[in-house]
Amino acid sequence: MTYLDHAATTPMLPEAVAAMSQALSTLGNASSLHGSGRRARRTVEECRESIAEALGARPSEVVFTGGGTEGDNLAVKGLFWQRRDAEARRRRILASMIEHHAVLDAVSWLADHEGAEVEWLEVDGYGRVHPETLRAALERDPDSVALVSVMWANNEVGTVAPVRELAALAAEYGVPLHTDAVQAVGQLPVHFGASGTAALTLTGHKLGGPYGAGVLLLGRQVEATPLLHGGGQERDVRSGTLDVPAIVGLATAIRHAVASQPHSATGLGRLRDELVAGILSKVPDAVLNGDPGEHVLDGGPSRLPGNAHVTFPGCEGDSLLMLLDARGIECSTGAACTAGVAQPSHVLLAMGTAPAAARGSLRFSLGHTSTAEDVAELLDAIEPVVARARGAGHRRAAS
Amino acid sequence: MKVLAAMSGGVDSSVAAARAVDAGHEVVGVHLALSAKPGTLRTGARGCCTKEDAADARRVADVIDIPFYVWDFAQQFTAEVVEDFVAEYATGRTPNPCLRCNERIKFTALLDRARDLGFDAVCTGHYARLDDGVLRRAVDVAKDQSYVLASLTADQLAHALFPVGDTTKAEIRAEAARRGLAVADKPDSHDICFIPSGNTRAFLTERLGSRPGELVDEQTGEVLGHHHGVYGFTVGQRRGLGLPHPAPDGHRRFVVGLQAETGTVRVGSAQRLDVGVIEADRPVWAAGAPEGPLECVAQVRAHGGCASAVAQAVNDRMLVQLREPLRGVARGQAVALYRPDPDGDVVLGSATITATR
Repeated sequence: MTYLDHAATTPMLPEAVAAMSQALSTLGNASSLHGSGRRARRTVEECRESIAEALGARPSEVVFTGGGTEGDNLAVKGLFWQRRDAEARRRRILASMIEHHAVLDAVSWLADHEGAEVEWLEVDGYGRVHPETLRAALERDPDSVALVSVMWANNEVGTVAPVRELAALAAEYGVPLHTDAVQAVGQLPVHFGASGTAALTLTGHKLGGPYGAGVLLLGRQVEATPLLHGGGQERDVRSGTLDVPAIVGLATAIRHAVASQPHSATGLGRLRDELVAGILSKVPDAVLNGDPGEHVLDGGPSRLPGNAHVTFPGCEGDSLLMLLDARGIECSTGAACTAGVAQPSHVLLAMGTAPAAARGSLRFSLGHTSTAEDVAELLDAIEPVVARARGAGHRRAAS
Repeated sequence: MKVLAAMSGGVDSSVAAARAVDAGHEVVGVHLALSAKPGTLRTGARGCCTKEDAADARRVADVIDIPFYVWDFAQQFTAEVVEDFVAEYATGRTPNPCLRCNERIKFTALLDRARDLGFDAVCTGHYARLDDGVLRRAVDVAKDQSYVLASLTADQLAHALFPVGDTTKAEIRAEAARRGLAVADKPDSHDICFIPSGNTRAFLTERLGSRPGELVDEQTGEVLGHHHGVYGFTVGQRRGLGLPHPAPDGHRRFVVGLQAETGTVRVGSAQRLDVGVIEADRPVWAAGAPEGPLECVAQVRAHGGCASAVAQAVNDRMLVQLREPLRGVARGQAVALYRPDPDGDVVLGSATITATR
């Protein structure tokens, strides 16, 4: 099997599996007052501290969640409600058009049910929000803005946003900026404090940790209205008994992923460049979507080092995916969707890609287990697969 | 063979796919997403394009251990089937969307794509028998779907598999249960899949708007009433005319004709529904156009409506003379021709009805 879908989920790091497995057989509710409870609490707090340290945050800024979707929802809805309740006129949400559905749909829900006014920030042909775009939107009426949400690195095309600049701009107007950094942590240098963002979402299973465990980094001064009410764990912002083993696995994974990031990003980038160059030489009319990744942005590459997103003109992404799958090569046509129906990607459409081209695209994403053999397998297959898929279903229909 | 199994999530296509696997084929399952707005049909799972149906199909594919994908054919389905359905009603004809879907989607758009991708055939859960290119009625005559497959060409049939046509529906359900398929007891779909409410008239009104016209006595010319569009009527229809019935002469009133240009719905007695001659276009002849008259049984709608007949090919068209009159023969429906056979009536051809007298 050739797994080229690490952006969907990446294997757990052996260190995280070991630490989490051991934690699974220990007893204790971190909210209990007795010895077992204190031991569990100590474990959680040690994890919190190590995560904070790895990501340039303070321990009190680490809010454990059930993953990326929860983090995005808590940030978007929590910040909106908090700001609106403090100042009724703050109902405007500025969010980029290329957000993950966890942000996109949360924002749309607020517009439909909570009176939010949404302004979708346009992106350029690479899928990047320009600071001028944000500035213009803020300046139209700064005091009506509740929050800004711009993802750190796009999950589909890999383009990295100028997060620091955007956050500084929002801060100028006293507006909190949330960033979905689910794809960024482990692949890019991420320092919460230096980023100037008010809230940052990450999740375990994209960086070698377990599923269903994530963190919302929430600035000390930033308040959010909770989504989940109950025992008041996690700063009263997120209730629910803490999943100690998952937190142990998550913290271990974050520590390792962040420590090895400078080295692994270089290796991944090199491998990804081979993959892209190979595809373009085998399929000359293929087009790489997103930022070419040749620049430095906030101390890291301008594109996720493991991401390659390619349009194959004349092909249906579904056909390509099936043919590659039959050869044991696993990739994606975009973000996985619950119904399994491949809609033209909203990210590509926002970038100005034509719907037909958007449908003919594949994402290959590399991760910590990727090898040169994986790339070679794909490059062996891509030419015949594209030849087969090209125009499939259109030839006779057109004649 | 490499076989692409079209899996709706219903019991028939599920067993069909399982049988294709048993027959030794290399099978890949595909669920066609046909709704232009996925998710909007998630309730009332009686159609063939809800998320629940896709999930059912996926679980069957898991159990019979084949790869499974959902392919989006919503655009083609909307253009080829839904829009055609609306346009046909607008012109006073009565289309059969299932036939159209087989012809344009399953055995054109899907089959073409399957063949281009290296598959030899498309397999479906239709109740019909197909051996050596000869299409016959299903063993389960009550469930027979050869009528909605009769317009497939020899080339299309050469790349089709209908594995459940030799079995009764009851046995297929029992087999599904034996195979451990959760869809064994799933209710049959009856309605048009893209009209989950079952209210065709409301669906058409929403798309065509009000196109008022008159209900006219076809003999006297007397205006009997008014309506909002000929698309709300089908030849042979008795209910829902909004007229006092029976007529003064004691006869029950039926729709006997539709004229979209003038918006006229002609109403008359049952006798006026009797049709003896059918003209049809876009004929498909199983064994090529016949030289002379062809003895056959003609079927004019999906269920029932059969009479012995003589069919002829006349300049790229089909002329069918019925030996006994049929009622409720609507323009836009297909006329399918069969040769009676104890081993299953054989499909001889099919065409779209354009005129009756």
